[in-house]
Amino acid sequence: MTATTAIGAGLNRIEAAAKVTGAARYAGEIPLDGHAYGSVVQSTIARGQVTMIDADAVLARPGVLAVLTHDNAPRLHRADDTDAELLVLQDDRVRYRGQAVALVIAETLEQARAGAELLDVTYQPEDHDVVFAADHPRLYAPEHVNPNYPTDTSVGDVDAALASAAIVVDATYSTPAEHNNPMEPHAAIAQWDGDRLTVYDSNQGATSVRQALTTLFGLADGAVRVLSEHVGGGFGAKGSTRPHAVLAAMGARFTERPIRVTLTRQQMFAMVGYRTPTIQHMRLGADADATLVALEHTAYSQTSQVLEFAEQTALISRLMYAAPNLRTRHRVVALDVPTPRWMRAPGEAPGSFALESAMDELATACGVDPIELRVRNEPSVEPDSGLPFSSRNLIACLHEGAERFGWASRDPRPGVRRDGRWLIGTGVASSTYPARSAPSTAAATALADGSFVVEITASDIGTGARTALTQIAADELRAPTERVEVRIGDSDFGQAMIAGGSMGTASWSWAIAKACRELLHTLHEIGTVPPEGVTAHADTAEDIKAQAQLSRHAFGAQFAEVRVDVDTGEVRVPRLCGVFAAGRIINAKTGRSQLIGGMTMGIGMALLEEGVMDPQFGDYVNHDLASYHVPVNGDVHDIDVSWIDEHDDRLNPVGVKGIGEIGIVGTAAALANAVWHATGHRHRHLPIRPDRVLTSLA
Amino acid sequence: MRLTFDVNGVGQQADDVWPGESLLYVLRERMGLPGTKNACEQGECGSCSVYLDGTLVCACLVAAPQAQGRAVRTVEGLATDSAGGLDHIQQAFVETGAVQCGFCTPGLIMATDDLLANTPTPSDAEIREALAGNLCRCTGYEKILDAVRLAASRRTEVTP
Repeated sequence: MTATTAIGAGLNRIEAAAKVTGAARYAGEIPLDGHAYGSVVQSTIARGQVTMIDADAVLARPGVLAVLTHDNAPRLHRADDTDAELLVLQDDRVRYRGQAVALVIAETLEQARAGAELLDVTYQPEDHDVVFAADHPRLYAPEHVNPNYPTDTSVGDVDAALASAAIVVDATYSTPAEHNNPMEPHAAIAQWDGDRLTVYDSNQGATSVRQALTTLFGLADGAVRVLSEHVGGGFGAKGSTRPHAVLAAMGARFTERPIRVTLTRQQMFAMVGYRTPTIQHMRLGADADATLVALEHTAYSQTSQVLEFAEQTALISRLMYAAPNLRTRHRVVALDVPTPRWMRAPGEAPGSFALESAMDELATACGVDPIELRVRNEPSVEPDSGLPFSSRNLIACLHEGAERFGWASRDPRPGVRRDGRWLIGTGVASSTYPARSAPSTAAATALADGSFVVEITASDIGTGARTALTQIAADELRAPTERVEVRIGDSDFGQAMIAGGSMGTASWSWAIAKACRELLHTLHEIGTVPPEGVTAHADTAEDIKAQAQLSRHAFGAQFAEVRVDVDTGEVRVPRLCGVFAAGRIINAKTGRSQLIGGMTMGIGMALLEEGVMDPQFGDYVNHDLASYHVPVNGDVHDIDVSWIDEHDDRLNPVGVKGIGEIGIVGTAAALANAVWHATGHRHRHLPIRPDRVLTSLA
Repeated sequence: MRLTFDVNGVGQQADDVWPGESLLYVLRERMGLPGTKNACEQGECGSCSVYLDGTLVCACLVAAPQAQGRAVRTVEGLATDSAGGLDHIQQAFVETGAVQCGFCTPGLIMATDDLLANTPTPSDAEIREALAGNLCRCTGYEKILDAVRLAASRRTEVTP
């Protein structure tokens, strides 16, 4: 394992100076000579057909260069794995409200926007179906759930075990549509040079965008270059190619000029994905001593008419607790809605709300402390698969968190602590997220001046990846970080995992460690660095294929204190405490920030965030930051984040589990459990809005 | 219309400005100053905060003609006097880990600059109030508050 000189230190973010001075350039800010602007026109019906687009009036306006529609847009190629959302302007069908139906291209952004607003589009609307429900007649079992897990699993006989259980919790929970809303709206600028395409794009993985554009435009391998030096957040919304990048490339091909397409905040709500709403039915059975005898988790979610996206909501119940009879099921319904996509901790974030709320209900029903309930049901192997855990320190996190939070003095009775008009309560929940790695390539170069350059198509969407990878490379090369430059965000560096699934650092560090070790070996053999430098390449595909089958997961425990205003129904969060067991934390500073950020998004999930579907128009009506509420600084007070010192040498060479998602897993349940403890009322439907609290208190 | 104004201490002119353009648009698309970010265009997120004649404004809510004959200061114009390239606020944001994706950062730096100019030793409540109009999706705000506290403490050290 790597010696740790730089790893673990709180190195300042390498690109921070560029960001605080405004010098950092994001995709929509790259100036290319002679570029023009594309503005997206979105459908205003949820289902039907575009019957006519009258572009003449718009084309006659000053500065307008072209109006791309399904009639004249470049034809795209598709492969078996092509994301159907990317086949923009290829036919006249409208599959959801907000779908791109035209791109107006003009000399200036204002001219393009004015044209887009004035474009006359005629539709033949059809009756749409946008209302998600657990009794929808078209619910079905998908072949698998994301990314490739079994749809249903069953161990033992859940029904029989529940029938004879001493204590049963049977409850239904729901989570609404949630929108990622990274601060940087999606943007791309595309430029063609013959059959070579260069795109500066806002994404979580440049090689995946390169692959998609290569296929769509029928180009040769190596003809597309995607660059993304700085990315203003993603949270899953930039996890794969999005339509704006395709539209920019189409516009550039059509006009033979560089074209920039930047989505507006409002457009993002339909065009870049969101977290599906879920409805989850939980049935838990326990003996009188609070030992689980059965656990059943049935999850419902929505997808679109464009493609199937099956959220892995119940996955968490396959590994968390030792229930001898364990059943999980997923059902999906395809509606006339935008396609849901990944949002921070897809699966685990909504799934943990149901499971960890139900565990709290079971603890109450059994009369045991919620931490003790989890300790009594700690499995020795993964309950569903029987696989051993590479490491599992959930109990250590619960105990450490209980100590830091002051759990021991908690009075378990609900609704008995009052301070003026505030009711006060505390709650706890467990967290987990898979710790996986995916094949990546990297190159490490020693230069004659004693410095090193490492190149990998990693993406730093705000995580601190660039900085963490520099620390890893420096330790591997036994060099100070100042002598190591890590270059990222350029697809020409070769295939690499995206910044997603909490797999970025685990995957990239593996390739970097391998390249650096190879380079040191070469340097040892040749003695001195030649004037032109020397480079070692690495590809981890075979290493990852050769990994032993194990259950690899990060774990954590989250504690929350809430104050509930009995007059307004407002829930305030004076304290959150999170303790995580996530392998080696590469950078204490950026790592802590990521975990705090995840927990803060969990406050949003619990109390604020809710995409409201309008059944009449098929629109997420609150599609801006004025009406879709994300946490502001006044919503966040004391967040205590720590981690336990965890060494797991069965993950990857650096011992990383990934921390991008686990911070949001369990937060909403901890808060809902605290609201129950404060008020005596159980909130099973997110967000816990003031009106819901007031109704429960009435 | 022709727009004549001062940006970061330099006289600027823009021709054929449509009166409906925002100051944000003029800065980003005409002046080549994209440090001021465009994240919502309706005054909700604070990412486009700049000074207009010394008053902190959301540039997206200011019509371009309103800047006629006035002085605008953006994040690019903050650190011009400091030797290291960063002023004490920017340095505090770097050191405390208050910067993540960086898209909200310029607006927060401007809002902090405005706060500390008027309230050199702000209470936590005053910091929260001053930054209430700035959204961040990455950090959870805690490190941003640390940055403001650190910047305030250093400002107090150098200006008794």
